[in-house]
Amino acid sequence: MNKDIMICGVGGQGTVLASKIIASAAMAEGNPVHSAETIGMAQRGGSVTSHVRIGQDAFSPLIPYGHADLILSFEPAEAVRNLKYLHPEGMVIVNTTAMKPVNESLKPSGYEGETMTAYLKEKCCCLPVNAEEVSAPFGSTKFFNIIMLGIAAGSGRLGIGAETIAREMEKRIPERFLEANRKAFETGYRIGQESQSI
Amino acid sequence: MKQYVMGNGAIALGALAAGVGLAAGYPGTPSSEIIENIARNAGEGVHVEWSVNEKAAMEVAAAAAYSGVRAIVTMKQMGLNVAADPMMCLAYVGVKGGLVVVSADDPGPISSQTEQDSRRFADFARVPVFDPSSPEEAYQMVQDAFEMSERYGTPVILRPTTRVNHGYAAIETPESFHPKAAEGFIRDPRKWVIFPRASYLNHGRIESRNTELAGVLSGYRYNTVEGPGNAETGGKAIVASGISYAYAKECLGAKPPVRLIRIATAFPFPEEFMVKALEGVQEVLVTEELSPYIEEQIWKTAGRHGLSLKIHGKLDGTMPHNGEYSTELISAAVNAFTGLQTGSSPISTDDAPALPVRPPVLCAGCPHRASFYAVKRAMQGQKAVFCGDIGCYTLGNAQPLDMVDTCLCMGAGITMAQGFAHTDPDIKAFAFVGDSTFFASGMTGVVNALYNEADMVLCILDNATTAMTGHQPHPGTGRNMAGHIVDKVDIGAVLRGMGVKTVETINPLELDKATEAVRRAAQEKGVKAIIFRSPCVALSKPTGKHAVDAKKCIGCRKCIREIGCPALLYEQGKARIDRNLCAGCGLCAQICPAGAIGGEKSE
Ligand code: SF4
Ligand code: SF4
Repeated sequence: MNKDIMICGVGGQGTVLASKIIASAAMAEGNPVHSAETIGMAQRGGSVTSHVRIGQDAFSPLIPYGHADLILSFEPAEAVRNLKYLHPEGMVIVNTTAMKPVNESLKPSGYEGETMTAYLKEKCCCLPVNAEEVSAPFGSTKFFNIIMLGIAAGSGRLGIGAETIAREMEKRIPERFLEANRKAFETGYRIGQESQSI
Repeated sequence: MKQYVMGNGAIALGALAAGVGLAAGYPGTPSSEIIENIARNAGEGVHVEWSVNEKAAMEVAAAAAYSGVRAIVTMKQMGLNVAADPMMCLAYVGVKGGLVVVSADDPGPISSQTEQDSRRFADFARVPVFDPSSPEEAYQMVQDAFEMSERYGTPVILRPTTRVNHGYAAIETPESFHPKAAEGFIRDPRKWVIFPRASYLNHGRIESRNTELAGVLSGYRYNTVEGPGNAETGGKAIVASGISYAYAKECLGAKPPVRLIRIATAFPFPEEFMVKALEGVQEVLVTEELSPYIEEQIWKTAGRHGLSLKIHGKLDGTMPHNGEYSTELISAAVNAFTGLQTGSSPISTDDAPALPVRPPVLCAGCPHRASFYAVKRAMQGQKAVFCGDIGCYTLGNAQPLDMVDTCLCMGAGITMAQGFAHTDPDIKAFAFVGDSTFFASGMTGVVNALYNEADMVLCILDNATTAMTGHQPHPGTGRNMAGHIVDKVDIGAVLRGMGVKTVETINPLELDKATEAVRRAAQEKGVKAIIFRSPCVALSKPTGKHAVDAKKCIGCRKCIREIGCPALLYEQGKARIDRNLCAGCGLCAQICPAGAIGGEKSE
């Protein structure tokens, strides 16, 4: 299997956990895996990306432009920023809730999430997800990263079994949060499956 | 045992697999995690330390290597400048136990002041250098570097770049690690004491050894040729090194349709290998980040061997000198050079709506914000210069604080403030330095100020950690890398001991007191120090959230305009605090003219 998966968003949104679980699940299924994360100052409020490269034919640690089978974006503008990485046949799963830049109140940018989502819909196969809506049953957006992971798995674009992912979640998530995370994954998985029909 | 680790983890595991007995370094992106990974995985009998700076690390490691212990020193490329003194001398003296110096380069630069190239440093010091193109290779090469270091009695440099340091891969390692046995230091002043006569002799030996090594490295397994044989080259070849090789492979695939030559050992240059690799070739494209080192070696090789060769690279403008390379950049160059169609056609995003810029800023509740603001307030309307330094607090340059006039290199703020004061007697000269930077390279600057009668205010931003590089401990924290609780080196006591008469320690989050302390210090003659002490907000528990009382808020925006805390928002004519971001530092409450901001209760 050869798959390139990008996870992007803004520092602090939980993208790293999602990418770690995808990478280790792909490895558990016997694939060679390479990945790269944004490290350093950008982790706080800056744009962050994780590149997960599954398969024998990945040489660069970063996904080349036009190669990503799937972009999981936790923020609409970040999806647009990284759209150049998407394979023309690839898919973007995007949270429609915008994160304003940290200096927004000082220097208003006029940035609105809707423009980004509309642009994405025009450009590619795109599944918009509203983080707040899908997180409502959980009382906060704390589990949104796992919901996203579920959507990705349900969409069939990850190429990794849901059970494998569940096992990797067990390894990485503390016992007392596991039940809620499992539910979050299932919630996402259903959304992902439904998306297959569109 | 299989471990999925970042490149820095792979280097650490490789060093442990090679039997390293001592590891020393100073934090610096992209190298910092090497020491941390060694500490995490080392067995009994391995000494691991964060040294006070890179020069100290190199010297500690040198002694271990004199004793036959295998030692590793880690730093970013800027650190090699600091460690240059022992590095250059050590190259002459040599080692007994293997000594590997990891100097991580940072093309871009992503988080450094310069785009210097450690391969050139290796040439300058006349020591071998290995240049891995992936974490897997880094794991192997660090072991090869130890072998070579020990066999030839020379320090060896391993030069990874950011994408190798920060890329993740699965590494197969032994179950446990054991330091290689050492016989201890054996006294031999003729060998271990550097003297002009010995250096004269050693210089000659080093050069003949390097000639020998160039031959040995011509057979090195990571100097490789792929692609068509001599008859089918079409006269063309691509040369790549380090991560550029990974990008070239990405474009050309597992079986390159054009000859691809990879050089993993830039110095001593494997000339014999290169001459063979260039058989049937009349034109080469050299792809390497940072400086055109290999390109220049190919020029020399062509000259010496009378090859008629057209060489494209940085020197003829084909490839950029500056910035990071990428698969896309190399693909474009390869296509132009060979006529191949590598790379893919991504979705065009030229018509994308304007994207929000997300510049790095000081965190919500960061005590540095309060320190800068106190100084700014105290010095309002006066002629002053604010010399910054290397660390998170370089971000004090951002609007609206705008409190960094200079930033050069580690510790420079302290000494530059003196230069400004000496050349303009009317100026109030300030230096801002973090606690870790103070220990690394600030102390000598303070002595210089005292001795040469400078008028300056030294502001030590003491947040009890090395925050920028990932919160490493330092001598002021009372913890070390071995995991031991140790006596704290007290910055105030250090300053007083040097002879600084005014040393005040204040909490920057008590704004009025802090501002007063700055005013007092600015009026005095001589060297004055203020220690702004408050822990890094990323490491301390939030002290309770703050909130704006919308009834009291007059919408003046002072809080937003003056301190720039990312938790402060402005909506419908009123300020609002984002609960998720607020750390409860209370700075905004102290500047609000309407008394509209308070601790949780006021909501
Ligand atoms: S108290 Fe004010 S300045 Fe401090 S973190 Fe909260 S909003 Fe920012
Ligand atoms: S400084 Fe006080 S009154 Fe002015 S906008 Fe901020 S909270 Fe409102």
